[in-house]
Amino acid sequence: MKICCLCKEVPDASVQKRIDPGTKRIDRSGEKNLNPFDTHALEAAMQIKEGGEDVEEIVAVTMGPDSAVRALHKAVALGADRSVHLSDDALEGSDVCATGYALAKVLEAESPDLVLLGQQSDDGECYTIGAVVADHLKMPSLTQVIKMDAENGKLRCERQAEYGYDTVDVEMPAVISVGDAINEPRYPSLKAIMGAKKKPLDTKSVSDAGIEADRVGESGSRTAVLAINPPPQKEAGEIIEDEDTNETVEKVVLWLEERKLI
Amino acid sequence: MGGILVYALHSDDGEFNKNSLGAISEAAKLAGELGTEAAVVTVGDASDEACQGLGAYGATKVWRAKDVPEGLAQPIVDVMAKLISDEGYSYALFGGGLLGFEIGAGLTARLGAGVTMEVTEVKVEDGKLVSVRPVLQDSAVVDVGYVDEPGIIIGRLNAFDVAEGGSGSAEVADIDVDLSEWSTKATMVTRGEQRGADVNIEDAELLVGGGRGLGEKDNFKLAEDLADALGGAVAATRAVVDAGWYPYAAQIGQTGKTVAPRLYLAAGISGAIQHKVGMQSSENILAINKDPNAPIFEFCDLGVVGDLHKILPKLTEAVKAKKGS
Repeated sequence: MKICCLCKEVPDASVQKRIDPGTKRIDRSGEKNLNPFDTHALEAAMQIKEGGEDVEEIVAVTMGPDSAVRALHKAVALGADRSVHLSDDALEGSDVCATGYALAKVLEAESPDLVLLGQQSDDGECYTIGAVVADHLKMPSLTQVIKMDAENGKLRCERQAEYGYDTVDVEMPAVISVGDAINEPRYPSLKAIMGAKKKPLDTKSVSDAGIEADRVGESGSRTAVLAINPPPQKEAGEIIEDEDTNETVEKVVLWLEERKLI
Repeated sequence: MGGILVYALHSDDGEFNKNSLGAISEAAKLAGELGTEAAVVTVGDASDEACQGLGAYGATKVWRAKDVPEGLAQPIVDVMAKLISDEGYSYALFGGGLLGFEIGAGLTARLGAGVTMEVTEVKVEDGKLVSVRPVLQDSAVVDVGYVDEPGIIIGRLNAFDVAEGGSGSAEVADIDVDLSEWSTKATMVTRGEQRGADVNIEDAELLVGGGRGLGEKDNFKLAEDLADALGGAVAATRAVVDAGWYPYAAQIGQTGKTVAPRLYLAAGISGAIQHKVGMQSSENILAINKDPNAPIFEFCDLGVVGDLHKILPKLTEAVKAKKGS
């Protein structure tokens, strides 16, 4: 079995994120990291491999600028055997529709038995890429999976949906996005981190991947950002730093009393 | 100008979901402004009566694919893609919820259509729909338009108010749809299983919500003690419910319940959007968290930056003392 893990480079959680008013895109300068949700996907792939399934290869796949190589190095340190980097100026400004199409083209060439990804990215589009990719690949798909067991070419998956927990059987090949409750990702060993740069990394351009250039990038996108506005202002609440807990509690109780909550 | 097609989710009992009713109401309002109609699509065994009843929310027509199973996205993508192609709908609209995200995303790929998600408001500009969407932890709001039709709009949970007003009865039309081969490769084994004790948080006026910051399952006792002292109940985030620390029935947020108590005391909750959408209408929000950068401090009324393991027990004692006096 071959598993592809979709990875994304995102601004580090500590970075104050903003939208560049010129390009109307997220300003991606500053410290970056592998999307934390994707580390759960890699861990899930490793657990399938270590659980006795015959996994020949785990391939990390990303789309992004040159700097995204670092996210791939991290993915390899976490267990991927090699990585593929789709990188091309023509992809800049791609929306969900265009991004899903481009990633699907790269995955198609890999013909994996299982595509895993994090259910959401820290920075932008929520929940959607997995289902977009799946439809292009003509594979069954499930998102927000919190438990997954591979057995005889089939996956038994659990997730929370609108009415409680659903258990769903999915035949492979399949695309599964995982939630953060599915596992606790391991920390990469020093040896794995040091060795990550030596693992094969394949960089592909739009034409290498057989992507139709007019379906990606800003011009190939089907949505357009028309305006960026500040959020509706809510009066800022009062913030107390807890230095003396007795004092803090007194203030909190007073606040509760003023509002007739006790 | 084609109409707006709304997916309406229902339970195994055939009762339509509140967010779906909100989406129908929103679509009817927008259709009125655009001079078109709002139609609904449903799969599985919703009754004639239930389908006709959607007219009360402004739907003129309900397409029902009886043989298509409810609860999994891809068969519904097949149904909606066919309806959009055959009937020329200009937009597809989804209320908040997991299936809406999946179906909307599948349609995007199938139809090469633009999609917006986490949408909190939809506007009409120059005879077209424009989605309003908060981004970057709600620190900015963007207006997003569609390059062409159809456009896919996926709402945020509770974004669209239910407006029951019309006395109209929707016309119900049954349709047959051939499913794609890959749409039949996922099968529901059990749906809507309830895990953990059945607790009632929706009627509580005072709620203490517990998140990962509690550290471990046993520490929910701290939240329970405080809730007891206040005379309220305990709620939880999805992260701790999935981790098995607290029952599903107590979960607030995207896939859980929506509450609006007089007090929501968030203990060790970061305030991610998925949780926020389920409790932001609370009258008073008090947050205790050791991380000063937690998003919850952006929308609470009183925030305490500190160690909840120190603060909660003392607060419980103080509340008891105050109530006893």
